[in-house]
Amino acid sequence: MTVELLSANHGAALAATQAARANRKGRGFCSGVYPITPSTECMEYLCQQKIEKGRVIRVESEHSAMGVCIGAASAGARTFTATSSNGLAYMFENCIAAASLRLPVVLAVANRTLGPPWNIWADHGDALTLRDHGLIQFYCADNQELFDSVLAAFRLAEDRRVMMPAMVNMEGFILSHTVAQTQIPDQGQVDDFLPLTDVPQRLGVAPHTLGQIEIPHQTEMHRWQHHLAMLEVSKVYAEIQNEFEAIFGRRLLDAVVAYRAEDADTLIVSMGTIGATAERVVDKLRAEGRRLGALRVRLFRPLPTDAIRAAYAGKKRIAVIDRDISLGLGGVLWAETSSLAEPGTVMQNYVAGLGGGDVRPEHIVKMLDDLRRREISGAPALMEAV
Amino acid sequence: MNEPALDGMVETALDRADPLFRKGNTNCGGCGMSLTLQMLRHAVAERPVHLVIPASCAAVAGGTFPQSTFGVPTLMTTFASAPAAASGVASVAALNGEDLRAIILAGDGGTFDIGFASLSAAAERNEDILYICYDNEIYGNTGGQRSSATPAGAVTTNTPDGKVEQKKDILAILAAHRILYAASVSLAHAEDAHRKLRYALDIKGFRFLHVLSPCPTGWKSEPALGLELVRLAVRSGLFPVYEIFDGKRHVVNIEPDFSDEALNMYLSLQRRFQKSGLAAADLRPAIDRNWQNLRALSGRIVPARRDG
Repeated sequence: MTVELLSANHGAALAATQAARANRKGRGFCSGVYPITPSTECMEYLCQQKIEKGRVIRVESEHSAMGVCIGAASAGARTFTATSSNGLAYMFENCIAAASLRLPVVLAVANRTLGPPWNIWADHGDALTLRDHGLIQFYCADNQELFDSVLAAFRLAEDRRVMMPAMVNMEGFILSHTVAQTQIPDQGQVDDFLPLTDVPQRLGVAPHTLGQIEIPHQTEMHRWQHHLAMLEVSKVYAEIQNEFEAIFGRRLLDAVVAYRAEDADTLIVSMGTIGATAERVVDKLRAEGRRLGALRVRLFRPLPTDAIRAAYAGKKRIAVIDRDISLGLGGVLWAETSSLAEPGTVMQNYVAGLGGGDVRPEHIVKMLDDLRRREISGAPALMEAV
Repeated sequence: MNEPALDGMVETALDRADPLFRKGNTNCGGCGMSLTLQMLRHAVAERPVHLVIPASCAAVAGGTFPQSTFGVPTLMTTFASAPAAASGVASVAALNGEDLRAIILAGDGGTFDIGFASLSAAAERNEDILYICYDNEIYGNTGGQRSSATPAGAVTTNTPDGKVEQKKDILAILAAHRILYAASVSLAHAEDAHRKLRYALDIKGFRFLHVLSPCPTGWKSEPALGLELVRLAVRSGLFPVYEIFDGKRHVVNIEPDFSDEALNMYLSLQRRFQKSGLAAADLRPAIDRNWQNLRALSGRIVPARRDG
């Protein structure tokens, strides 16, 4: 174990490199990569690594980057790629293909607003477009969490009970370019943590076809199996948390991270780095006697509904801060979790930081002041308007 | 010998025991892709092969889950991704020291149009892929729309008055990538086709074969006349059969007789050319220009047309 100063982009690439090396006695590693701000540094770092039994293919588009991963995973190799924003949108079709082919591709996404108009800064709108298509989604708040989540994503994606792609999200620049001390395990530890990649449906010797035509009820059953496998993730993840701790000596964060939430009457709910800011606000306002807690949804797919429902139980007021918007509806996290709150809870959605705007502690304090004035839930509100 | 030996039906002792394309498939009668696969079966013999197939008639031909019409492990990809996915398949085989041929079987839509960028990129990277484009000059799978491989004058469902634009010169484009081997393949010239398939199967790097693939459904022609149509296209000079080594050395394999009779026959046997009333005289200048260029490239300065 060493400690290195790394950006989150580089951390993701280093975790992928260690995962790649851990499969050197298996069928190796093969990745397709393509640059896009603010994810570029991740693929650059990966391209600088020497990987025994590995190849990183510099392709001509994000669509092909995932295309290479699909081919490589179909051939039984470990795979990884990284992208952002319009790159993810361009990759969209193949992300769905990788998911529906049940291939364990790991994808690091530096979240960025979809354009045009061109804006290179963070929001979660890019990754959330893929929420319905069978990819596991993690949203991270700091460098170490991101590094650990990438390693865990390989283990989770490749678990026989799961077998599907996993996305690990970091907000562009806010996290992707933040340099922080990161604990880096020894290769031997990663070797112990990650079994050799074994894709049961891989192209071998016997003739069989991956991705061929299906008739309606077959597709329905495959979708349902995929859904059921998604629901296995919580159980598998809990096992992985224990093994991670046993091997690396630190705890892999829970799917939902609660902060001083138990005795709180008011809860701030968010994803990604806003969650870290919310925790500081909780500390500050707790000192003033407010019974405040924070909840950060780290695993968004599958959505840990039981954990969220339990955290929402008994709260008087809940502020859900979304760095995203489903146009015509409101924040996605709010929309997906509002049914999990008890009847009578004042549940208010704040859309904040779209296009990369800062969401600072004072902004959250303002939202909380607004929330305190409300006796019933209202329509989603824009942070700047409260 | 320029006569068909296989005709798509004949099996020989050299053929792969399990056909690449099994019986009971759903292809239309007279489909050039079926014939391409029978020839490929013969050439492949017992070499280990994985097929990578983008959205196309070939993807439909693969059959419904869980059956497999293809006699080898096959990956169906999204429309534009076969070259990228095959790069992954071939790379992993190479990393594991496996003697595998990654073969893409793609239509003209997946090759000339939507898959063009990934094709160009895989060619540029010289991936170890054998790319076979069965060119039926139409989006057959969606019911017959124009592609950039559709020849001018052909009626399609979205060019009801006949396509105006010329067909893309795909081999010249591939040659400009300086790939190891690019060749056009006539299904009516089995020996030449077989030699090219064998050669392309056994070299390492990016190889591209362009097959003129009769499509009775799209061409509005008699299913039984597919090979005859290809033969006429070759004879008349409309479909030059040649190969290009390293993007430089051009070798013409089948000498046409540039017969207007053959060209008129080719056009009149397909209802897709009926509306535009295309005749040999309309196509001849472009064919002549194409052959003058080909003569210059192949170092054989012979007049495109022999007068008298």
